[in-house]
Amino acid sequence: MTSELDIFVGNTTLIDEDVYRLWLDGYSVTDAVALRVRSGILEQTGATAAVLQSDTMDHYRTFHMLERLLHAPPKLLHQLIFQIPPSRQALLIERYYAFDEAFVREVLGKKLSKGTKKDLDDISTKTGITLKSCRRQFDNFKRVFKVVEEMRGSLVDNIQQHFLLSDRLARDYAAIVFFANNRFETGKKKLQYLSFGDFAFCAELMIQNWTLGADLKELKVLVADKDLLDLHKSLVCTALRGKLGVFSEMEANFKNLSRGLVNVAAKLTHNKDVRDLFVDLVEKFVEPCRSDHWPLSDVRFFLNQYSASVHSLDGFRHQALWDRYMGTLRGCLLRLYHD
Amino acid sequence: MPGKLKVKIVAGRHLPVMDRASDLTDAFVEVKFGNTTFKTDVYLKSLNPQWNSEWFKFEVDDEDLQDEPLQITVLDHDTYSANDAIGKVYIDIDPLLYSEAATVISGWFPIYDTIHGIRGEINVVVKVDLFNDLNRFRQSSCGVKFFCTTSIPKCYRAVIIHGFVEELVVNEDPEYQWIDRIRTPRASNEARQRLISLMSGELQRKIGLKVLEMRGNAVVGYLQCFDLEGESGLVVRAIGTACTLDKLSSPAAFLPACNSPSKEMKESPLVHPPSHGCRSTHNSPIHTATGSRLTQNFSVSVPTLIYTGMGSGSAGKEGGPFKALLRQQTQSALEQREFPFFTLTAFPPGFLVHVGGVVSARSVKLLDRIHNPDEPETRDAWWAEIRQEIKSHAKALGCHAVVGYSESTSICEEVCILSASGTAAVLNPRFLQDGTVEGCLEQRLEENLPTRCGFCHIPYDELNMPFPAHLTYCYNCRKQKVPDVLFTTIDLPTDATVIGKGCLIQARLCRLKKKAQAEANATAISNLLPFMEYEVHTQLMNKLKLKGMNALFGLRIQITVGENMLMGLASATGVYLAALPTPGGIQIAGKTPNDGSYEQHISHMQKKINDTIAKNKELYEINPPEISEEIIGSPIPEPRQRSRLLRSQSESSDEVTELDLSHGKKDAFVLEIDDTDAMEDVHSLLTDVPPPSGFYSCNTEIMPGINNWTSEIQMFTSVRVIRLSSLNLTNQALNKNFNDLCENLLKSLYFKLRSMIPCCLCHVNFTVSLPEDELIQVTVTAVAITFDKNQALQTTKTPVEKSLQRASTDNEELLQFPLELCSDSLPSHPFPPAKAMTVEKASPVGDGNFRNRSAPPCANSTVGVVKMTPLSFIPGAKITKYLGIINMFFIRETTSLREEGGVSGFLHAFIAEVFAMVRAHVAALGGNAVVSYIMKQCVFMENPNKNQAQCLINVSGDAVVFVRESDLEVVSSQQPTTNCQSSCTEGEVTT
Repeated sequence: MTSELDIFVGNTTLIDEDVYRLWLDGYSVTDAVALRVRSGILEQTGATAAVLQSDTMDHYRTFHMLERLLHAPPKLLHQLIFQIPPSRQALLIERYYAFDEAFVREVLGKKLSKGTKKDLDDISTKTGITLKSCRRQFDNFKRVFKVVEEMRGSLVDNIQQHFLLSDRLARDYAAIVFFANNRFETGKKKLQYLSFGDFAFCAELMIQNWTLGADLKELKVLVADKDLLDLHKSLVCTALRGKLGVFSEMEANFKNLSRGLVNVAAKLTHNKDVRDLFVDLVEKFVEPCRSDHWPLSDVRFFLNQYSASVHSLDGFRHQALWDRYMGTLRGCLLRLYHD
Repeated sequence: MPGKLKVKIVAGRHLPVMDRASDLTDAFVEVKFGNTTFKTDVYLKSLNPQWNSEWFKFEVDDEDLQDEPLQITVLDHDTYSANDAIGKVYIDIDPLLYSEAATVISGWFPIYDTIHGIRGEINVVVKVDLFNDLNRFRQSSCGVKFFCTTSIPKCYRAVIIHGFVEELVVNEDPEYQWIDRIRTPRASNEARQRLISLMSGELQRKIGLKVLEMRGNAVVGYLQCFDLEGESGLVVRAIGTACTLDKLSSPAAFLPACNSPSKEMKESPLVHPPSHGCRSTHNSPIHTATGSRLTQNFSVSVPTLIYTGMGSGSAGKEGGPFKALLRQQTQSALEQREFPFFTLTAFPPGFLVHVGGVVSARSVKLLDRIHNPDEPETRDAWWAEIRQEIKSHAKALGCHAVVGYSESTSICEEVCILSASGTAAVLNPRFLQDGTVEGCLEQRLEENLPTRCGFCHIPYDELNMPFPAHLTYCYNCRKQKVPDVLFTTIDLPTDATVIGKGCLIQARLCRLKKKAQAEANATAISNLLPFMEYEVHTQLMNKLKLKGMNALFGLRIQITVGENMLMGLASATGVYLAALPTPGGIQIAGKTPNDGSYEQHISHMQKKINDTIAKNKELYEINPPEISEEIIGSPIPEPRQRSRLLRSQSESSDEVTELDLSHGKKDAFVLEIDDTDAMEDVHSLLTDVPPPSGFYSCNTEIMPGINNWTSEIQMFTSVRVIRLSSLNLTNQALNKNFNDLCENLLKSLYFKLRSMIPCCLCHVNFTVSLPEDELIQVTVTAVAITFDKNQALQTTKTPVEKSLQRASTDNEELLQFPLELCSDSLPSHPFPPAKAMTVEKASPVGDGNFRNRSAPPCANSTVGVVKMTPLSFIPGAKITKYLGIINMFFIRETTSLREEGGVSGFLHAFIAEVFAMVRAHVAALGGNAVVSYIMKQCVFMENPNKNQAQCLINVSGDAVVFVRESDLEVVSSQQPTTNCQSSCTEGEVTT
């Protein structure tokens, strides 16, 4: 006796959160059943393995049918085929667009293209996330990217409107889109210590405060003009003397650090060089400070003073530009400065 | 020109991409009614077109209005080639034809294509202007209301219950016409859908005419079915109960009539009753019938039965002479009508006097392609024959009426089994007054209402019983005789006293049959039927005893015929009626008493059975009060414990009436283990697993013993098909497979719905079909309802306490007691006026759009919730309006079965789509629920080799508007004086 056909259709679509998670995680029906058995559900409910198999199949089929709608969440709200309470709809969408930290770190800043898609096999092997789940997450990134890429207005708002995500998740997606768009390098070994949260934090600051195309080259004078550089250094040193545990290291390194920070600004004007932003920040600032064992509080003191002292440089005329640049950069650096 | 139909096409959304090049669609709409077609403009390059058309006006006869569906076709405009159809919407405009129902149909309808399924939605507004009809000889029956609900609909009052109406129409099945060879599957499916839609419209109109002839204004318990007879045609038939209904328009009227059954239960927790009996017959085997090509009229004149409404009654006693008188009166009232049948399963208080037992009849017919089109032989005659038989069975049980009546068919190739069944009953003569006098309301109030245990009292003559039965004095009133077991097809009367909870009881049976042709086949089937019926009955009886219960309600026995087997599935809800005696146990007797180990085995089994009975009694809280003769001193019948069951010794006998179905007259209920079959039976008895803790199930409207429903409901349909391995097809293997199939299905349901615990599966409806040689398909529709466990515990004790109490008091008082309660609860208390209620809005999108056209179609609101339930009520809510009947027929076909997820994926999607279309229609009518929903047919055919499958689904129900009771309470708290009274009454009764 074999079941040829076995279905259950409720007037209100039944959603089992646990099974949904297994499905999102890309497990096959067989694997999902095995995992459910291991969870002890049979003992709790007195059900048989056959019942569990049938139930899992049923849920998988439902999710499969819902998937098409989840690709355009507003459709899920307006469709008539599945009657799902709003709170459940929100849960379905939110979970569908949720992603794994390990996965997003692998593709963050990469071009969301077919080429990358081919690498998913490797990512799956490396992260232990099923290929199916990798595909879903990758396709979600790509779909959101495609929809909002050309849109005007706030990135977060656009994402929220078209994908009905929670504020938190919409912000994360904004970061992913921003990174993909600028193709920031995040995969280098020296950047491995950074979490997605670190990048997303920086992305948000940059999205809010920076407009591309601003003439950041103007800032270069701060390091190109030797007098200006010296004056800047002395202002910072005067202000920080006695207040910084790593004062001498700072004093010794000031010029290098300043060159690093200002050159990053200059490089931002070239699309090709933008990609190395995080590599540069880590190489030129985070690593030198870290090797001298700067405490975070000293980094904060330094950056505050470093950026504020520019106001006293009479020869420098791009104060506003500098503030916008450094305001964001300071935020990013403080976030990136950890082990 | 008595009517003007107006249609406006507003917009579309989520249309499929029809032009690959642009990824867009150039959509326009054709609106067709009868032979008139209008078109909208083409809305270029959009998946969300805004047509905002003018009002298309059709001037039509109301006859057409009833028959024809409004047909809306969405197409993609193509300059160079034929326009491609995107899909269609059929709208039944019947609900607009009577006042009180919907006044406008407006909303988003799924655009449906028989090959692709739902493809986007379309927003449509439909209105009808009806002119006064001066023609007395009209052919239309506009204004007659139809209800699927098998009780008097809430918020109506029955002035007169006229009786049985039936009709059938026949046509050729488009799928079997020659033209089908050259047209596309889509065209063929659409022709079929349209034809069936037309035929149901016509059928409904004709039934309506009969109702008007009887001076009724409504049909209650309307059941329409299709018989797909293949080559020989397509039959659409319907039965129902004609009534004259009064809308309870005054707020006061809300109370008694609109109460949800749960409330009614609370108000009248006392009852008792029944007697039993089961008769069935089979027509002689072969009737070679000729199908008719023509649409047939089946005219029967059904005399009028007056039922005098809702008045409460004063107390009365029924004595011997009264009974005789009653019978006389009933007889005269019902005698004139050809078929004194009622499709109702629940009745106004006092309507049902006695219940005799289940009556059923089956007949096997050969469908034959007609050779002589003028031959008048038709399906009508077949049904007339069967109904006649039912009537005579009822008579034999001393009853003049049949309630809970239904008809069904099972067709396999050219063989057709026609079945009818119902419950023989005696109805209150006062309710059956002749003529059309309507002024008898006051009179009614003085009627003698039968006592609460009355319906259990035998209607037949004790000395001249139609079958051997074991009678005792009623355990409630001690005055009248009751049988030891009672089977019925109706719902448990709301005032019946039940001890403990009820449970779903099923008998399942398969019988192999040789493949044969024509007459030989029909003969073989006819020969098998009596044995199946007998075995099903035996199983039911055994399982009932195993549960420690003594009555079955909602009994439905389905016999399904296949190429090489017959299947029998009986479902019912078992209960312990306080008026009937405690059921005896089951005793096993071996045939070879000398074998030691065998003896041991037998005693082991016996122990298991006894244990099971004890466990069940605990599980279902069956602890009837010990009523001993000493306490009461009233005449107690000879101590009866066990009745005897004869295992089919009658295998040689062809005469069905020789079968002893009564289980009476013997002192012990003995199962003789005389062969392996019997062993199997005992085993299978014990394999039925009770539902997991926290779950109950029943196939009736409400679960006896549970009355505190909370508002969460989940209606569902589950379908399973198993393939039998053809190697080991023996009866036992088949039985086991079938039994496992049903049990596993139930287990799956319990598992799936576990988050609703404590909950009850109500109205569990199993349907079996045999789509192919080795396939068995089981379809289940039911609703899961949550309830409050704590309250449940309290209330279940009540009946026991009551009966204890009663047992110790004097008989006179016993009779008075329940009636006082009854009259207390009946007087109507003003309820908040309807306008103050907030209606749960079903389709804010659709409505909003219609009312202010500037709103974008995809406004950010979500789709309104539409509840669906097979029950006639919604827990925790009041139905305030019936909007009309929903009766929909869909075909879905695929030629890419694998791509759609195989058979499961295909059917899952289709059923979800059917639900969606039902909900959309209800929402467009302004409703927020469908009650008395039923999936009447789900015919599934697959051809995996060709990657094809096809499915036909027919569903129906009543579209309603309901209001949450909590919303009502908010309003009512502002009117403390009026409402306090009613709530006090309820409070008293529940405790």
